Amino acid sequence: MSAIKVENISKSFGKVKALDGISFEVERGELFGLIGPDGAGKTTLFRLLTTLLNPDEGRAEVDGFDIVKDYHAIRERVGYMPGRFSLYQDLTVEENLNFFAALFGVNVEDSYDLVAPIYRQIEPFKKRRAGKLSGGMKQKLALSCALIHRPSVLFLDEPTTGVDAVSRCEFWDMLSDLKQRGITILVSTPYMDEASRCDRVALCNEGRILCIDTPTDIVAGFDTPLYSVRADNMYQLLLSARGCRGVVECYPFGEIHHLIADREFDIEQFKAKLADVRGLCIEPAEPTIEDMFIKLMKQ
Amino acid sequence: MNDYIISVRELTKCFGDFTAVNRISFDVRRGEIFGFLGANGAGKTTAMRMLCGLSYPTSGSGTVAGWDVMREGEQIKRHIGYMSQRFSLYNDLTVWENIRLFAGIYGLSKTETERRATETLERLNFSSERNTLVGSLPLGWKQKLSFAVATIHRPEVVFLDEPTGGVDPITRRQFWEMIYEAADGGTTIFVTTHYMDEAEYCSRVSIMVDGEVRALDTPARLKEQFAAESMDEVFRILARGAKRGE
Repeated sequence: MSAIKVENISKSFGKVKALDGISFEVERGELFGLIGPDGAGKTTLFRLLTTLLNPDEGRAEVDGFDIVKDYHAIRERVGYMPGRFSLYQDLTVEENLNFFAALFGVNVEDSYDLVAPIYRQIEPFKKRRAGKLSGGMKQKLALSCALIHRPSVLFLDEPTTGVDAVSRCEFWDMLSDLKQRGITILVSTPYMDEASRCDRVALCNEGRILCIDTPTDIVAGFDTPLYSVRADNMYQLLLSARGCRGVVECYPFGEIHHLIADREFDIEQFKAKLADVRGLCIEPAEPTIEDMFIKLMKQ
Repeated sequence: MNDYIISVRELTKCFGDFTAVNRISFDVRRGEIFGFLGANGAGKTTAMRMLCGLSYPTSGSGTVAGWDVMREGEQIKRHIGYMSQRFSLYNDLTVWENIRLFAGIYGLSKTETERRATETLERLNFSSERNTLVGSLPLGWKQKLSFAVATIHRPEVVFLDEPTGGVDPITRRQFWEMIYEAADGGTTIFVTTHYMDEAEYCSRVSIMVDGEVRALDTPARLKEQFAAESMDEVFRILARGAKRGE
């Protein structure tokens, strides 16, 4: 039995179709990522799976329970960390944790082993009000509260948005630890580079799933020739490269531009055509999740 | 004309006995895309507020667009552009109304507003959307419009505060193309971001740790200096040494 099973789910808000016929399954113990920009439907999906919304069409199960019929059972076994900080700002760190434990009818002591690796980092500030914590500390408290009843499935909605690169990395380390303890995790993120931290990911955009696979296989599916190009004036290069024969696309990619070519593309011809571009350099490049996302979005 | 659009020395900001920004000094060249990075709590926002004329330094000296950061905050505000992902446009005003509002705030005359607004709409291929409510525009269009509005008074320098959060990769790239175009035209871009790959788009990058600028150079030279593969790695090496608790 899968931990999460979503079948053809749709949800609209007025004229806006937030989710448009989504299906996927998450295995038990899997760390599964939903990767996509704002408006992809990630939050709506979380709200459906945590039984805070009902779908217009389709059905879904969490831990074998139906999200509409068995919402009570689901609420007892899932942990949910919404995108916006939703703890009580005027309760202290300790009071928040005790409150959530009481809500689920458990003792903090009984679950302490599970939350300890995370909670210990904020325990020195346990008398501080949650509203006075820094962003990174709030995130750790929210995760501790979401874990206090030993959920079997954990839902994390954009936990690393707006967080700096170091804290993001630490957060993913915490998730890997939780996965080791057998907890199924569904996590969303707009940062494409975080895909590699997941077992499998779904790339989503505007209410649809573009593809589902392991991060390695997604990148392996990029089957068009890709080059990296650079020159002294990167903006002029962008404009010039696009006019060359066989260039399907050329877009900025950090320090370099990525150039997607078709069969007509000839690297020598390209160099000859751009002979007057100073500092021109072109070489084959390895595609990334982001290249694949761009490709799928354009299809 | 001075080669530097921003030039600050020993800029410091204290809140009570807490030194949020500790004696930072750097120069930004005209037409440069300057990346301003730092971990959460490193003092980035405080530094940026001083550079934008929103808060006066406790001590130090410097100029932004030729105005004194210690005394001429109001002039700085008038002469720079500012755009952030969180706040940029009014959703319940039309495209035209937003342009007019910001042109007015920046003190453009009525005829000048009319002229530049028309020109902006044409350049963005937005003329048919003139009376559309901004709230109903796709995110990518909104972003282009925000940038156009932030530069309607043709500032020499634009501050972009995490401009691309939550945006899809295609829109993000279109946005960077617009930044390249502006920089190519001579506008200086000062940008903060949490996307480390975006740091690689910049001509030069500074990284703040514990209120100080710990590194400043081109992405290529920073990677060399720290023997790192990517800016992400450079950032992590520097920020891991942070002493200041978040």
